[in-house]
Amino acid sequence: MEKPMRKFSLIRTLREKPSAQGSFLMLPTNLYLLVFMILPLILVVVLSFLARGNYGNIVYKFNITNYTRLFDTLYLKILGYSLQVGLETTIISLLVGYPLAYYIARSPARQRSLLLFLILLPFWTNFIIRIYAWIMILRGEGFLNTFLQWLGVIQEPLNILYTPTAVLIGMVYEFLPFMVLPLYTSLEKIAQAQLEAAADLGAPPWKTFLRVTLPLSVPGMIAGTILVLIPAMGMFVVPDLMGGAKTMLIGNVVRNQFLTARDWPFGAAVSMVLMLLTMAFTLYYTRKAGFGEELLV
Amino acid sequence: MGEYAVEFNEVVKIFPTPEGGEVTAVNHVNFKIRHGEFYSLLGPSGCGKTTSLRMMAGFEWPTSGEVIINGKVMGRTPPYQRPVNTVFQSYALFEHMTVFQNIAFGLEMEKVSKEEINRRVTHELEMVKLSGMGKRKPKQLSGGQQQRIALARALVKIPDVLLLDEPLGALDLKLRKEMQLELKALQEQVGITFVYVTHDQEEALTMSDNIAVMNQGKVLQIGSPVEIYERPCCRFVADFIGETNFLYGSSISRQDDKAVVTVPDLGVDITGLAADGIDTGKKVVISVRPEKLRISQEPVPGLNTFPAKVVDTAYIGSETRIILEAAGKVRLKIWEQNKISSLDVGTYYYPGKEIWVTFLPENTLVLPE
Repeated sequence: MEKPMRKFSLIRTLREKPSAQGSFLMLPTNLYLLVFMILPLILVVVLSFLARGNYGNIVYKFNITNYTRLFDTLYLKILGYSLQVGLETTIISLLVGYPLAYYIARSPARQRSLLLFLILLPFWTNFIIRIYAWIMILRGEGFLNTFLQWLGVIQEPLNILYTPTAVLIGMVYEFLPFMVLPLYTSLEKIAQAQLEAAADLGAPPWKTFLRVTLPLSVPGMIAGTILVLIPAMGMFVVPDLMGGAKTMLIGNVVRNQFLTARDWPFGAAVSMVLMLLTMAFTLYYTRKAGFGEELLV
Repeated sequence: MGEYAVEFNEVVKIFPTPEGGEVTAVNHVNFKIRHGEFYSLLGPSGCGKTTSLRMMAGFEWPTSGEVIINGKVMGRTPPYQRPVNTVFQSYALFEHMTVFQNIAFGLEMEKVSKEEINRRVTHELEMVKLSGMGKRKPKQLSGGQQQRIALARALVKIPDVLLLDEPLGALDLKLRKEMQLELKALQEQVGITFVYVTHDQEEALTMSDNIAVMNQGKVLQIGSPVEIYERPCCRFVADFIGETNFLYGSSISRQDDKAVVTVPDLGVDITGLAADGIDTGKKVVISVRPEKLRISQEPVPGLNTFPAKVVDTAYIGSETRIILEAAGKVRLKIWEQNKISSLDVGTYYYPGKEIWVTFLPENTLVLPE
């Protein structure tokens, strides 16, 4: 005989099991991820083992040539260069972002929210438009050169635009906030009393920084590094617009295979390799250093 | 070495407020703390006691006046160059370091050799009864243990003066009482001058050689625990330290150290010890402690005495706390020791009972209004 209670078993389970509550609340997110991330990812994996037909169509024939093609020195070079640009972007963002985050964290509470707002302000404008603004600044007769010539610092315009330097400038500009925000969070959490305690025990300011502030901000550095390096590895808009044809990153290869060369299987294989490399790095890095999860506590 | 461990000479500290105004946290404060003393700064929150301590540590600099430590005028000497160490209210232990590293930090700053650091840190851990805890992180310790580490971290430097900012405030009552006695014993053992900031009058009375009672940025009275409790200088100190009964009136005569005060609310004259500056005709306040009042069935001639009625009683084991009402409007509290063990509630007092209140002039203080 059916017990009448059975009817409400979902509600009852939710009431009695906190773990079930979690699964229930995660349901919409999980569904979304399944449809818009997991399934497309599976499609890309499958695609990467297929072949390109003569007219850019897809031939359903299993093969691994898309992956073996990647061992061409041309692509290995691009991959190495992408890693280099990603690491350079991360390191420069860290070096530039740290003093900035430190300054904001040490400002009076009322100024802090304004400064954080200013950090986020660029996100209110479309990324492409901001990159064009940088082109206006950096090009031969742009603001930077005009200004430096007016000052008399240089005679001839500097050739920055469409060089690797321009790419680096654009990348650091784009990713700096992702470094500053976690750094700020970790620096802001350091209690004034900790710094006073260090001074009280005989540490001059620079030693207090090295022995107390710097180690306590490591979680912010870790989180910032992850947030900058991963998207920087796949970036293609900045090198496209600011690097000219000379600077190609692995992100550009993927884009070109899909949109220009119409070799979807190869493009899929390249993006799989990029993803696996990034995942391997992230796993290794977080095993060693953690996620910066202390920031959440 | 100077004559005193710490001297405050007309010290003033003014802070700007966010609204653009000013607030005087410490207002022309003077005191002298002798070497090896356990000295407490006692007062309610906002009285300037912590700001005074922070000026000794070097976290704040006086707006005017002089902070002198060991005979040296400190001026703007930064904290890391002062011969003092602080035990913070929040402990402020370095979370990323082990207990051992925390205690060793101050010695590393002095460039003490590794062997000596090892020896001294180990010794200090023994002293605060936490041997074997050196490898733990502060977060893995209880509040009481963290407190001891904070103490060890400061004491290992062997400072001229140890500054303690409400170090027991975060502990529960029982642990706090234990630590009070331990701190006092430790202070006698190491012989270092302790300056102790607290708002807990019982804590200050238990541990201190001398106490400076502060209110609204000023020092009201400096003295030993007995002096502060038995001879408060003024109404605020009598009220803040322990409990007391106040009666209001005006003095009608003054003879030697005694003054006679007429209390209109009671319609009687009361004799008590006169504080400085109590002259005939002045409005005064009388303070008499609850444990110094006596209950009797008859008036006692020659003493301060008047009839009253029991309004409420609270039996708390060692004593019975009784609320009395006299002349229909004046309320008084009396603490009667329960010296006789009895199950008969009639032995104790009960509401409605008519009695007489009696107290000695020597136990009565006449203070300025």
